[in-house]
Amino acid sequence: MAEITYLEAIREAIDEEMARDPNVFLMGEDIGAYGGAFKVTEGMLATYGEPRVIDTPISEIAIVGAAAGAAHMGMRPVVEMQFIDFIANAYDMLTNYVATARYRAFLPCPMVVRGPSGGYVRGGPFHSQNPEAGFIHTPGLKVVYPATAEDAKGLMKAAIRDDDCVLFFEHKYLYRRIKGVMPAGDHLVPIGQARTAREGTDLSIITYAATVHKALEAAERLQQQDGLSVEVIDLRSLAPLDDEAILATVRKTHRVLIVHEDTRTGGIAGELTARINEHAFAHLDAPVLRVTAHDIPLPYAPSLEDFVLPQVDDICVAARRLVAW
Amino acid sequence: MAARRRRGSETAGGHLGEALPLERKLALYYWMRLTRTLEERLVALYRQTKVVGGLFRSLGQEADAVGSCFALESRDVMSPLIRNMGAMLVKGATPLEILKQYMAKGDSPTRGRELNIHFGDIGPAGTTRGFLGQISPLGDMVPVMAGVTMTFKMRGEDRVGLVYVGDGATSTGAFHEGINFAAVQRLPLVVIIENNGYAYSTPTAKQTAAKQFVDKAIGYGVYGEQCDGNDVLAVYDCTKRAVDRARAGEGVSLLEFMTYRRKGHAEHDNQSYVPEGEIERWAAENDPIDRFVRVLRDREGVRAETLAEIDARIVREIDAATDEAERSGVPHPLDALVGVYADPPAERPLWFREGADVSALGQERPEGWGTWDASKGGAR
Repeated sequence: MAEITYLEAIREAIDEEMARDPNVFLMGEDIGAYGGAFKVTEGMLATYGEPRVIDTPISEIAIVGAAAGAAHMGMRPVVEMQFIDFIANAYDMLTNYVATARYRAFLPCPMVVRGPSGGYVRGGPFHSQNPEAGFIHTPGLKVVYPATAEDAKGLMKAAIRDDDCVLFFEHKYLYRRIKGVMPAGDHLVPIGQARTAREGTDLSIITYAATVHKALEAAERLQQQDGLSVEVIDLRSLAPLDDEAILATVRKTHRVLIVHEDTRTGGIAGELTARINEHAFAHLDAPVLRVTAHDIPLPYAPSLEDFVLPQVDDICVAARRLVAW
Repeated sequence: MAARRRRGSETAGGHLGEALPLERKLALYYWMRLTRTLEERLVALYRQTKVVGGLFRSLGQEADAVGSCFALESRDVMSPLIRNMGAMLVKGATPLEILKQYMAKGDSPTRGRELNIHFGDIGPAGTTRGFLGQISPLGDMVPVMAGVTMTFKMRGEDRVGLVYVGDGATSTGAFHEGINFAAVQRLPLVVIIENNGYAYSTPTAKQTAAKQFVDKAIGYGVYGEQCDGNDVLAVYDCTKRAVDRARAGEGVSLLEFMTYRRKGHAEHDNQSYVPEGEIERWAAENDPIDRFVRVLRDREGVRAETLAEIDARIVREIDAATDEAERSGVPHPLDALVGVYADPPAERPLWFREGADVSALGQERPEGWGTWDASKGGAR
């Protein structure tokens, strides 16, 4: 089987689900004839036609709201935010309407909101964001953020089949840089399960999305230069979190470094640290450390962006401090 | 596509409304009177502190809610706003459900999770009554109803959607995005702006610089019509035309009903911002039920006894519903944890609610606990 990119894996997942289930349909800005800003939905209009591939006005509130209405009636909309930064426009609709629908009114709301996310691409303040923390904080939403092509496909298929709203963050740095061979058959990755990206015994790096690859690079360097055995956990799902996998790696290595590309204050590293404190404090040989972006809107110039975002060097510095504790 | 202005009156009312058989006209009276009497009962329960939260009245607006929803078929879907209890009753919501909702009962339609008339029943035609529960952020139901009606179009179902907003909600982004989206998609949706003069305390002059809300129809490229919202037959007439247009595939309509909110935003609101005499003038000169009673009496020859019988029946129904609602229990606290997601079906209570022992906390104590050697390191 040939390797395909992370982006092609997402497209393949959407295509398979649209072929399988006539209730699946797509909405978004420029997703039809143009195939989307990053071409994720390229070819979909030709294959499935206009009623199932809908080009919308520039209206994130309406896209998400209409998806919710359609989902109540038994459809399974998959909608695109042209850049995930623009999901902020639909924050009210997602948090007040969609997230509460099942609980307050027993309304099913099976829908996927997906979009290109993250930095390292010189995109500047409005084409680089990682807004996951604001949504993880909202009960009623599920959030996934894959790091590999295989997971991108398997999680997208699982997200489309999930009976609740799933926010699917796609890292645009990985779109065409990461490839994988898709497992045969109906490949599903369950939402809520982390993955061990690398086995190790001296310390654990817990991370997700693009920084999984930074962490793996750091782990290799720490092995070569310091003889350290580093475990890397790829969360894959941010809501719900895989507490078992998190606690298992704490029990195994006793030292934890959390890495994320999102900004520091209120980022998911704080939540992970609190959970580890509550449930496995006595297993720790050192305080939990975190490497994150600085609390800065993401700047455009390469020298600035590289300084603000976490890099492999930063992870190595933090890992060495952790083992020297 | 131009906006049309029609003003109904006691003598006009529009030919579709006029043409309704007497039996249907008496039904309109029943729903309006039921709305008012049920709200009066809720006021009594509110003063007895049996209503848990705030109470929202539609006094003086019963004609616009009832007359408009009366133009829908049972398979159609309607999304009410806070002053559309009358529309919900027409669509099949019961006084018992509403009373239980307001009293936050465990067997209320939302099992005590949501307030007042924030509840619904939508899905396939025939098995659901077709009203969608609102949420408090205003304007949000317009995009959602665009999605609901989009499914009608996709599936070729002969169903129409109707969504109510107030004058205030027209200022929101959700209203604009929703009606524009629906217009572009040519969805079978009727959008009703109930212009009752106030959004909470803010008069319409501070809400828009437009001369009238119906003028916005032109900007969206949709059919627009304005009518006298306190003339129930005119409201029916105006809505029926828009519903028929939607059913015929002619797309979105924007209707503006001119009415007046005689009570405050909610029961706590003392209306200090309202000019003196304004409320009293509307009550004396333009009460929608009084107006319709005159129509029934003078034009239809309905006897006072007939209406009195309807009124008495309504009181009996509300008495019975009140007794039954009061007998219902409160929700079990643990029910709070059920149903945020389909999977997992429930959340677990936090450890401090299970009892504060360490095992409940989930804190593990491995071998060697308490033997940590401080000489091994410390904070740098």
